[in-house]
Amino acid sequence: MAVRRLAPKELQPDSFAFTAENAIWAGQQIAKYPEGRQASAVIALLWKAQEQSGGWLPEPAIRAVADLLKMPYIRVLEVATFYTMFNLEPVGKHFVQLCGTTPCMLRGAEKLKEVLKRKIGEEKHVTADGKFSWMEVECLGACCNAPMAQINNDYYEDLTPETLEKLLDDLAAGRPVKPGPQNGRRASEPEGAITTLSDPSLYDGSQLGAWRKRFEAEAAEKARAEAEAAAAAPSAAQTPEPAKPKETRPEEKASDRPEVRVAEGKAPIAQGAKDDAAPVVPDEHKPALLSKPRDEGPDDLKLIYGVGPKLAAMLNELGIYHFDQIASWNEMNLAWVDQHLGAFRGRAVRDKWIEQAKKLATGWRPASDVGEKPEE
Amino acid sequence: MAKLIVDGNEIEVPAEFTILQACEEAGAEVPRFCFHERLSIAGNCRMCLVEVKGSPKPVASCAMSVRDLRPGPNGEPPVVNTRTPLVKKAREGVMEFLLINHPLDCPICDQGGECDLQDQAMAYGVDSSRFAENKRAVEDKYIGPLVRTSMNRCIHCTRCVRFTTEVAGVPDLGAIGRGEDMEITTYLEHAMRSELQGNVIDLCPVGALTSKPYSFKARPWELAKTESIDVMDALGSAIRVDSRGREVMRFLPRVNEFINEEWISDKTRFVWDGLRTQRLDRPYVRENGRLRPASWNEAFATIASKVGATKSERIGAIVGDLAAVEETFALKLLMESLGVASIDCRQDGTRLDPTLGRATYVFNSTIAGIEDADAVLLVGTNPRKEAPVLNARIRKGWRQMRTPIGVIGENVDLTYDYAYLGAGPQTLADLAAGKGAFFEVLSKAERPLIIVGQGALTREDGLAVLATAAKLAKAVGAVGEGWNGFSVLHTAAARVGALDLGFTPKADGLDVAGMLAPGALDVLFLLGADEIDVPEGVFVVYQGTHGDRGAHRADVILPGAAYTEKSGIYVNTEGRPQLANRAVFPPGEAREDWAILRALSDVLGKRLPFDSLAALREQLFAAYPHLAAIGEIAPADPAALEALAGKGGALSEAPFASPIVDFYLTNPVARASAVMAECSALASGALKQAAE
Repeated sequence: MAVRRLAPKELQPDSFAFTAENAIWAGQQIAKYPEGRQASAVIALLWKAQEQSGGWLPEPAIRAVADLLKMPYIRVLEVATFYTMFNLEPVGKHFVQLCGTTPCMLRGAEKLKEVLKRKIGEEKHVTADGKFSWMEVECLGACCNAPMAQINNDYYEDLTPETLEKLLDDLAAGRPVKPGPQNGRRASEPEGAITTLSDPSLYDGSQLGAWRKRFEAEAAEKARAEAEAAAAAPSAAQTPEPAKPKETRPEEKASDRPEVRVAEGKAPIAQGAKDDAAPVVPDEHKPALLSKPRDEGPDDLKLIYGVGPKLAAMLNELGIYHFDQIASWNEMNLAWVDQHLGAFRGRAVRDKWIEQAKKLATGWRPASDVGEKPEE
Repeated sequence: MAKLIVDGNEIEVPAEFTILQACEEAGAEVPRFCFHERLSIAGNCRMCLVEVKGSPKPVASCAMSVRDLRPGPNGEPPVVNTRTPLVKKAREGVMEFLLINHPLDCPICDQGGECDLQDQAMAYGVDSSRFAENKRAVEDKYIGPLVRTSMNRCIHCTRCVRFTTEVAGVPDLGAIGRGEDMEITTYLEHAMRSELQGNVIDLCPVGALTSKPYSFKARPWELAKTESIDVMDALGSAIRVDSRGREVMRFLPRVNEFINEEWISDKTRFVWDGLRTQRLDRPYVRENGRLRPASWNEAFATIASKVGATKSERIGAIVGDLAAVEETFALKLLMESLGVASIDCRQDGTRLDPTLGRATYVFNSTIAGIEDADAVLLVGTNPRKEAPVLNARIRKGWRQMRTPIGVIGENVDLTYDYAYLGAGPQTLADLAAGKGAFFEVLSKAERPLIIVGQGALTREDGLAVLATAAKLAKAVGAVGEGWNGFSVLHTAAARVGALDLGFTPKADGLDVAGMLAPGALDVLFLLGADEIDVPEGVFVVYQGTHGDRGAHRADVILPGAAYTEKSGIYVNTEGRPQLANRAVFPPGEAREDWAILRALSDVLGKRLPFDSLAALREQLFAAYPHLAAIGEIAPADPAALEALAGKGGALSEAPFASPIVDFYLTNPVARASAVMAECSALASGALKQAAE
């Protein structure tokens, strides 16, 4: 490895700013980390900046990322110069990273290097048309398909000087290319016929897997002995408890059979019925629902802690649009709504929606847009 | 506490000690490069390897704590060996690796003679290298006008990076690249911006970072070392003056846990070239509007004729910022014998008044006490400029305990987060009245600390601000048994000493502002007072060291001795008297200041009653016994604060502003220094970066 320096001043752009889309993405990355640990997003952001700048990291981008994360510039420069995946100087549109580590070298990487030198030129130099640059890198972890190169985001494996040359020509001409092995292999299976592990006796259990037969025989013997012992001691005989208490097992009612439900105009399968047999809240507890939001528009139900976009849409579908609707419910109303929440069943009670909605209906807003967790 | 056996001696140390600390406790010396007591542990130099019984490999003792050592099979204490052949071989291996890329340029290296690598190579190095390849070559970096880099020598210990990030709080330095290609630099080689950056020179264990102004000036073994006290700010940091012949060559910090730990500010460290230039080396007398060299007798005679013809109420005396207690005492006695009432030591116009009690003008909490404080309020002070080392202490408390800090005054970067409460006295008054969230913080704190700076006191309503601050201190319980959190931060080294002596106007005397009013006085003595404007028509006697503002205005100049040229007591902002020692002699005909005043008193016919410094000190200590306890703080009676809190006064609306406009140019010595001038220009952005 050599000393890596920032590109000279004349190559540096005047400024850098994330595109609107990338800025949102960056915001999401930063939000992954707890307060005070935003600097953890530095690699992700630098990576995005490199992507946006055409595969290399200009100096203004380093400052922009530092400003975004409130880090000293030098700290971001440290990261950018430490990781060799950050290219500090411009690269071609097709950036070839040729693996030169031992397995690839033994399989002919040196010859590939000559091809690259001939077709593209010196290492770390961009061609005049800006299409290509190449660089020798250390092991990329695809030794079973050596020799290989990474061009932009894809691996091109099992290269020969000829296939590499063709690959470069195709890329230059804008023809579609196929990533992966270039010699017809699909992955890293043996080339040609299988030469090892071909003995059929490996797979019939005669050589391998004998232990399994032994275990099965032992288990059967043990079960038989236990059954005999149980029969011999009637005082200890007890009805074995079911694995699950009986009363919580779902019982299929006639009315729950799909054809009956369809005939009744309900969904073919009861939502959440498969694992839950809590008493069904009858429809008399159904709260007042609206067919559409009132004129002033719907409230942002996502402000209720525990309600995300999915759940909010579900509530809207049910006819719930406003905080004051929820605030006016009683416990049974809530339970009724809860059982209509499908996979989210249980959330309404757990997250105390009524309590939260009452607070929100007063006009109070939480500090975070995911809402404020209700106190236990 | 945990027991362990180091080199056969069983010792008991706190479990959180590192093995290295435990070894030192046991008296075993462990070499190290990257480890430093006051910085975080990096563990990257591997020089401190020791053998731990049961461990297959040697262990980096700086990075492993005693708690993590396993006892023997029968519960015996863990055994650590520092002198076995294994340890020696391991360290020799590390040293060989370090020397692979370290140039053999000791003969031209400024660190030669005080270099950790050189010293340890004597113990663990071999006489030849097995490394046949080329050595690494690294470009030297520009990191500012104070620190010279020679990056071939860098061994990547990262002490400098950790210092700027952790202690100084201005993370300018970093390590770019990786492995062998790692390089220490600032972002695109801009100059470092910390006021404490010079300390990286001391921290650097090799010659990669050396002092730029001192480069190639002297060798450490040819320097005379004098332990002394710094006067660039009011902290009285412990320094070592290295001198050769008549010249001060450099300043280095000494360890003083109570004040500066082992850091000093850049002004303290690099001001020495100011001690050589612009010096007053003979008396001058103004004749026909021009100053001409004169003899001592001429100068004294001129003063005597003028003073003899002037009534005592038309005479005044002002003590400057760098005067030691001795000459202040001598001047006070002289002025008393002349019957002069207009004397003052507060040339910046601070409203502190010694008659209110000592507790009202010293840093009662002590500087070390800042770390104990669990809430800090800064009132009208920018400690980063006024006392950078003290600012590092506040930062230390903030870093270690997340001490909440509030600021009333300028909203500037202090290197730590703080709650900005407001700009002026009104905010302070609100706080003292119990309003605001920060009042809660202060009153909940067990040991709240309120630091009042000169920015709050050098104004018309200074006394009222001080009283309000005292009221606040009382309200939040900052003054109590075992803790006095009412602290005044001074900016002048001479101030507390002069206030202790009561060098303030007597009854009917004028203060500084009064004395400087046009037509108020006929004769004015300036003892190193340069930061004032003397009106026309006053006969000025300037006694000082540098041809600065005071000397330009003077009618008679008496050349005195700078702080490195005399033995003198300085009382720091805590009220701690400390002794500065003479490292070199004053230039030319300049004399020690007390002796000048003694000689002048003779000519004036009011002979001062001492003939030697010892006799002067005897009288001084008799009058002010607390000054005799050098290095000790005489605790001030907090009752004075009670009385102060009761005082009222109108508060103005004007925001507080730090009295220090330019950190690098606060006194005559600094103003004469070319290095300080360069730093000042750089700080104000006037100078283009030298890298260009």
